[in-house]
Amino acid sequence: MAIPLSYNFRNLRVRKTTTIMTALGIALTVAVLLGILAMVAGLRTSLQATGHPLHLLVMRKNSASELVSQITREAFMNIRLKNGIEKRADGEPMASAEIVTVMSLPRKNDPEGSNVTIRGLSRVGIGLRPGIRLTAGRWLVPGQREVMVGKSVAARFLNCSIGNTLYFGRGEWKIVGIFDAGKTAFSNEIWGELNQVAADFNRSEVLSSVLLRATDLMALQALKNSMADDQRLFLEGKSEVEYYAQQTATAAPVEFLGIFVAVIMAIGSSFAAMNTMYAAVVRRAREIGTLRVLGFSRGSILLSFVIEALLLSLLGGLLGILLILPLNGLESGTYNNITFSETGFDFRVTPLIMTIGLSFATIMGILGGLLPARMAAKQDILNALREL
Amino acid sequence: MDNHTVIETIDLRKEYKRDEFHVIALQKANLLIQQSEFVALMGPSGSGKSTLLYLIAAIDRPSQGRVRVLGQDLQELSDKAIAQWRNENIGFVFQTFNLIPVLTARENVELPLLLTGLSKKQRIEHAQTALKLVGLEDRMSHYPRQLSGGQEQRVAIARAIVTDPALILADEPTGDLDAHSAHEILTILARLNKEQNKTVVMVTHDPHAARFAGKIRYLEKGELLPEGSSPPI
Repeated sequence: MAIPLSYNFRNLRVRKTTTIMTALGIALTVAVLLGILAMVAGLRTSLQATGHPLHLLVMRKNSASELVSQITREAFMNIRLKNGIEKRADGEPMASAEIVTVMSLPRKNDPEGSNVTIRGLSRVGIGLRPGIRLTAGRWLVPGQREVMVGKSVAARFLNCSIGNTLYFGRGEWKIVGIFDAGKTAFSNEIWGELNQVAADFNRSEVLSSVLLRATDLMALQALKNSMADDQRLFLEGKSEVEYYAQQTATAAPVEFLGIFVAVIMAIGSSFAAMNTMYAAVVRRAREIGTLRVLGFSRGSILLSFVIEALLLSLLGGLLGILLILPLNGLESGTYNNITFSETGFDFRVTPLIMTIGLSFATIMGILGGLLPARMAAKQDILNALREL
Repeated sequence: MDNHTVIETIDLRKEYKRDEFHVIALQKANLLIQQSEFVALMGPSGSGKSTLLYLIAAIDRPSQGRVRVLGQDLQELSDKAIAQWRNENIGFVFQTFNLIPVLTARENVELPLLLTGLSKKQRIEHAQTALKLVGLEDRMSHYPRQLSGGQEQRVAIARAIVTDPALILADEPTGDLDAHSAHEILTILARLNKEQNKTVVMVTHDPHAARFAGKIRYLEKGELLPEGSSPPI
């Protein structure tokens, strides 16, 4: 039987200052890692939640985003007549021509600001986003130079409340409504009426994209093939879900950097834990000798000290989770290098992320505890007993 | 060696290197201790008495010679087997008590029982019985720092006897105690020897302590003097 756990718990409690300092070091490392993972998870959720499985986003071939895509109105007229597109109650095809551009807006916490996506769309386009909910004000009226802003934009950018005026294109635009698009990327956009936005940016004949809803998945694939096969149009169709999911690649550099920093910090924290455990082994040399005389094997001693290091690191892991939990649900944004605008997200500290944090702490504990535990186990009994 | 022999050492020798010096701690030690004997090993510092005790307890290995304890040739056992053998057969009492400071008196006494197959309930009962035997039934939940030196040594004796070993080895058990506490400890060891037939081997340099033993063996400069002889004054 192993040396009782109470021996390790109480030893950690007895040297509480050292225990807390070491655990805090581990906690900060875990917090850095979890902060990054919570951000990436939030960003992924935001981008992966966007899109309808039956929607096809049509853009110019090889366009990475709607911003750089161009589709003529003539092409749009051809597209909307294709078979397999869902019809509205009035018989009109559910195909929305849209124009996407960006403008720089000052953020509430950063006057230099960031790019925000402006989407010009028609009522059909709004109808194609059934999850959209008006939370304040009213829907925009075409021809009135009115816009609506997503709730994430309203929350994070200056002068984006109802009644405020935005300046882009050829003049002023009045904010008349705030819409909630849930966790989707649309919450980060400003919406105006298609023809007015197009006219303001001198793009009346060249649009950005066409969003359409297929009648079913087979029709979606057929429409996709049809776009690819039609050499006159030089267009390609992409599943809307797939289009937004691809943008999660935006998070990759941040994720890599965060994990890299966390790993470097983890090496430092492992050394701190190792130092603490080496000190514990030296201070308790006579106890180790006594345990050996009582009949505990080298393996029991090794296991006991590894467990103690693990308890120490798990305490650090739990503290790290406690440090990061207040971030859960916090709204923030990051630059999306595909859309050249800011994508908002909520930090998400999920159970999986917390488990990763504890596992990370456990690895630090094992790395930091193994060598001191080995030293404890290998001690000569007589020498250990003679230690003061 | 007959059935009553508990300890037999044959031409035991222990030498080690300290810096550039070659030190002979013990040589030609031939010792025979019978069951239920209480033997005191006496001698000045550096005479080899503790070395002999550690060799008997298999805490140290001899450079030459043989140690046979309770019928077991200790040279034949691996480190792991020796640990188990020691747990089952030896109770060891240290001069400095060597209690685990973060465990209570009862938990300290229970420690050797963790290596047996006893249930938690049985372990607690055994530990309580051992503590009662040394008169500490009212100090079971006390931590070592809450006990006097004499009480700590009594807990250490309870820990040494809790597995009911045939042999108790004590290394200067009264060395860190005042006269009153020392008397109490020696009385307990003598009682264990007389009433429970435990074989006791005690290292001491205190003639008063040695008087509690039935037999005294002297060591001088690493040599065990013949039985019945004492070093010249």
